[in-house]
Amino acid sequence: MSNDGASDVRATSGGGTRVLEAEEPRVQREHPHVSGALPDGEAEIELHGISKRFTTRTRDTLALTNIDLGIRKQEFVTLLGQSGCGKTTLLRILAGLIHPTEGEVTIAGRPLWRGDHRDDEALRKLGIVFQDAHLFPWFTVEDNIALPLKLRKVDKAERRRRSHELAELVGLQGFEKALPRELSGGMRQRVAIARALSYRPEILLMDEPFGALDAMTRDKMNMELQRIAEATSATVVFVTHSIAEAVFLADRVVLLSARPGRIRSITTVDARHPRSLDITAQTNFQEKVLELRRQLTEDEERIARQGGVSE
Amino acid sequence: MSTVAARSTPRTSVEARERRRARMTKLIPWVSTLLSIVLLVIIWKLVIAIFDVSPFVLPQPEDVLKGVKELVNSDGFWTDVRVTLTETLVGFAIALALGIILGTILGRIVWLEQAARPVIVASQVVPKVALIPLFIIWFGFGMTSKIIIVALLAFFPILLNVILGVRSVDSGHRDVMRSLNASRWQTFRRLEYPSTLPYILAGMEVGIVFAVVGAIVGEYLGGDQGLGYRIVTSLNNLQAETLFAVILVLTLFGFLLYLAVVALKRFLIPWHDSTIDSTRAST
Repeated sequence: MSNDGASDVRATSGGGTRVLEAEEPRVQREHPHVSGALPDGEAEIELHGISKRFTTRTRDTLALTNIDLGIRKQEFVTLLGQSGCGKTTLLRILAGLIHPTEGEVTIAGRPLWRGDHRDDEALRKLGIVFQDAHLFPWFTVEDNIALPLKLRKVDKAERRRRSHELAELVGLQGFEKALPRELSGGMRQRVAIARALSYRPEILLMDEPFGALDAMTRDKMNMELQRIAEATSATVVFVTHSIAEAVFLADRVVLLSARPGRIRSITTVDARHPRSLDITAQTNFQEKVLELRRQLTEDEERIARQGGVSE
Repeated sequence: MSTVAARSTPRTSVEARERRRARMTKLIPWVSTLLSIVLLVIIWKLVIAIFDVSPFVLPQPEDVLKGVKELVNSDGFWTDVRVTLTETLVGFAIALALGIILGTILGRIVWLEQAARPVIVASQVVPKVALIPLFIIWFGFGMTSKIIIVALLAFFPILLNVILGVRSVDSGHRDVMRSLNASRWQTFRRLEYPSTLPYILAGMEVGIVFAVVGAIVGEYLGGDQGLGYRIVTSLNNLQAETLFAVILVLTLFGFLLYLAVVALKRFLIPWHDSTIDSTRAST
């Protein structure tokens, strides 16, 4: 392994795959480790030294390396980054859908993983919304919303009551008996949000939930999301690749950088929730967007210099 | 109030028009069925008149109808129907059970399916009808040999569809169940079973048609009762109108069984794309 990372890269640039071990020390020198950890006791969610390595027969990819991040109760955090930076992987680790290679996730002080098993108490605090609604086509809106309650053996009357309440919260009253295929994309995503909220999770994890929607619906859903987060006093972790969306929604924007995925910067946005779309016209807002864009572009150039393509 | 009334009036009339159109669309297959039957009878009669066809080759439609009446009233007709029906249903049930069990196993265990693939392909390309005489030698002229034939013919479309169904459970849906910490049983009951059901029913739809073919050909080649056997006897007696009558009865027989599967499908998976009326699907 060369200890002069830069010359090592130049020597092999354009030569295809590089050995990851050779890359790590150089990356750490170019970009110092940014820790998002909070002082003791402040964080509701804690990610401690998270790394994730995907190994297949032909490739060994370091998707995330050494992520330290704390998230406060009722905070709105957005994970921003280009495709392939590991933001979805990070969210899936938070959700307990994949096991980190290294590091620990704690939720309200409870470790999410105990060996190969997930802590049910910790999981109960999480509600997840995916990029696609993933509604079950054989269930009505009402039954889709109440699915988590059904799995937790809540009785029928209570399920009904709760799904009506939630349908109202997400603006779908009157559609309880509709089947998913009868709904538009935005409506389906509302059902997915209602489903994630059904057992009153304290934390809402959202993976580009409005990514597949048109721009107008997306703006509207972002407004609604603020209202819903407020009404349920949920902590929200929101993955997006849109800089404007990230800044508009977040108390803190965590910018991730690719190859390997790590925290590049953390930006605090002070404006009070609920925010109106008007704030996007303010200089303060625009400066933050521009700064994040600059950082993203810098990253892209770095990746291009290394001889890779940013995916 | 007045604005509500003003807005609701045209809307209901639009809805009424759409409902009427939906009703009309539903009627179309019935009307077309009737028309094609009428057309068939006209062409039938024309062909006989123009080419002066012998009644031994092509009897008059009304003679065929008379033939049906005689057939239904003849000795042992209902016994024959019962025999063919039993063979078809028992064979089909065996195919269904084996298809679902083996399909689920092969759908889940990839290496096993890979290992079984040559056998599956080989047994699929064997013209199974050619095996019928063999089964008759092995299992006799009774119902057993026909039941085995029916099961064999109906088995493959069901098996292949079940394998496909088990494989195509959406990974996003799996993530939802996993994030909710669903148990193994809950995942099966709420996700895997309903996801696979449309595939099972698609296999059944093809399978039931094959099952009827199997029963008839089995009886035809080596039987002493059943509707297939009736074909042989009427052929031997050169009774063209009885032959046509049997064909007509068999068509109805197969159609009713197929209809039963379709009805089952509508009952079990009303949410699925394949059961939506075209008029509703467009919304």
